[in-house]
Amino acid sequence: MNEITTKPAGTHGEIRLKGIAAAPGIAIGPAYIYSKEVPVVEMKEIDASEVEGEIGRLRSAIVRSEKELQKIHRFAEQKLGSGSARIFEAQIMILNDLILMEAVEKRILREQNNAEFVVFDEIGKYRRRMLESSDEYMVERAHDVEDVMNRIVRNIRDQKLYSRLEGESIIVSEKLTPADTVIFSRNQVLGYATDLGGISSHAALLSRSLKIPAVVGLRKATQLIAAGDIIAIDGYSGSVAIRPSPETIHQFEATAARFRAFEEQLVGLAELPAETIDHKSIELSSNIEFQDELQFARIQGSAGIGLFRTEGQLIGRGEYPDEEEQYELYKSVAEGIYPDCVIFRTFDVGGDKMMPDSVKEDNPFLGWRGIRLMLDQPEVFLGHLRALLRASTMKNVRIMFPMVATLEEIRRAQEFLKQAKADLRARGIRFDSRIKTGVMIEVPSAALLAEEIAAEVDFLSIGTNDLIQYILAVDRDNSYVAPLFQQFNPAVIRLLKSVIDAGHRKHVWVGICGEMAADPLATILLIGMGIDELSVVPSMLPEIKKIIRSIRASEARRIAKKALSLSSAAEVNDYLLSIMKKKLPEIPLQM
Amino acid sequence: MIEHEVTIRNRSGLHTRPAATLVKAASRFKAEFTILKDDFEINGKSIIGVMTLAAEQGSTLLLRFEGEDEREAAAAIVALFERGFDE
Repeated sequence: MNEITTKPAGTHGEIRLKGIAAAPGIAIGPAYIYSKEVPVVEMKEIDASEVEGEIGRLRSAIVRSEKELQKIHRFAEQKLGSGSARIFEAQIMILNDLILMEAVEKRILREQNNAEFVVFDEIGKYRRRMLESSDEYMVERAHDVEDVMNRIVRNIRDQKLYSRLEGESIIVSEKLTPADTVIFSRNQVLGYATDLGGISSHAALLSRSLKIPAVVGLRKATQLIAAGDIIAIDGYSGSVAIRPSPETIHQFEATAARFRAFEEQLVGLAELPAETIDHKSIELSSNIEFQDELQFARIQGSAGIGLFRTEGQLIGRGEYPDEEEQYELYKSVAEGIYPDCVIFRTFDVGGDKMMPDSVKEDNPFLGWRGIRLMLDQPEVFLGHLRALLRASTMKNVRIMFPMVATLEEIRRAQEFLKQAKADLRARGIRFDSRIKTGVMIEVPSAALLAEEIAAEVDFLSIGTNDLIQYILAVDRDNSYVAPLFQQFNPAVIRLLKSVIDAGHRKHVWVGICGEMAADPLATILLIGMGIDELSVVPSMLPEIKKIIRSIRASEARRIAKKALSLSSAAEVNDYLLSIMKKKLPEIPLQM
Repeated sequence: MIEHEVTIRNRSGLHTRPAATLVKAASRFKAEFTILKDDFEINGKSIIGVMTLAAEQGSTLLLRFEGEDEREAAAAIVALFERGFDE
């Protein structure tokens, strides 16, 4: 991973990079380098006669900045929902701060300095103060303030906005925030290539649902790629070619053609059931985070939502949405997917995700996150559960608790649910009194206690991303150790098998909602181990269904038995590759 | 001039939304409105200023009103703090 190879002369200085494939697809086009660097602003004295013109420039820059922000805000609202679009509301409010703008104008008049310098200096005062705060929320707001400041300065200088791309481009940046990803997607974005980030970063998840190819974790992309360079990115394998030779372009185009041909084969699959040749039926559902992904999941033939990440509603805000706002979202998702079911995972914040209560932790992945955070905040948790219960009147809502490590935690969570039900009964509000609950198995202790946990709930869903990182002690987002994140490590697959068996002994179904469920190489193994449900990113639904429909469960069981007897990740990987090559050569695999 | 000490009651402190509510309410009055916290003072009609206060739940602020309608302004703003910004 990540090694750089320079091809010999004669290939026009082509450079190859290897990163992490974050969203499938091939893109070839000019690079657009996106950097958030601060513009250099110098103090210039102006003549008394120029003051009026300078203030005029400032005022029209404010008007233009507001127009830009309103546009981004509207777009984010459509893509992410009103809660998440609030980041931009705060920026608009700053532009409309009359006291601030009056102060800037007065200083231009009195000090006779150029408008951009005064804006920079005056707003900069507030920004520095915010940066000094120990509150993470304030530091975030300082970035908002900085964005506004840079936007005004840019508009005073009449410069073009970064997101106003000319023609189709591949965005190259150090990293992308979810908001950046969304803002860019309204332009003609062919793909994303970033230095940092992992397959599970929010930006990667978003680019998959926006169907834009992405390669992340390239480490040196922004150093090696110049604006306008032609680059080719392969979101299936994670390869990137800078200034590709004609042969390389041909290779990338051939890969794209192969995938297109395969994708055409998948048309029509949406209507067919996800069952094996010998009629073992697999619940094939999808993972989503935003309401506007629902429609795509349905078109792709999803049998419901196996994981709805409720924390999507928290992006860009410093507080939990109130019960009413949560209820509105959950209700419209439940209505949208009816008669199929939706599993809402309760707020899973902390760790790599944003944290409303901004608590700094040295080791967030082992810290205050998931169910722990909820159990410690009874009012937030109860409001959240009431909102979920209220959305359950059509009996198609299920609740899943994340990051459970002990039996006590799930028992306490069930007590909270009882309390939330009692609150609603007292208020005379209807809900599904027999709402099904489940636990996300993602902590090794929960996997080892799966049988006892299964006795307390109606289903188990294995979160392989975190489970694997905790089993192997590997941070999947750290590109230095990412190759050690082995989903086919014997320790991992044997533990998965024992969780599935434990669930079945207690007669509850067991699913997988981690990335592994969407890996075509893992499908036969998972079916053979007896998995009941696979919840995947919507774009992968047809491919996984095709594999399910191409095999026999009995055969998958034999293959799983063999795989479970192997002693290294590489052996399991090679074995599964050989099976796929023999049985399903048309399925494109990442190698 | 009227001065009044208040304590932040709402859970999320003076974050964006309550800050906007405060600025909007203060702007309806002619009186100058200053907020003092520790060594720092800001114009209470300026959203960027109020955001910069980083006033969390439990922190204490000194509000200062000065102008012809200072009495009405003080009553309205103090009530807003007491209601926890209607959150």
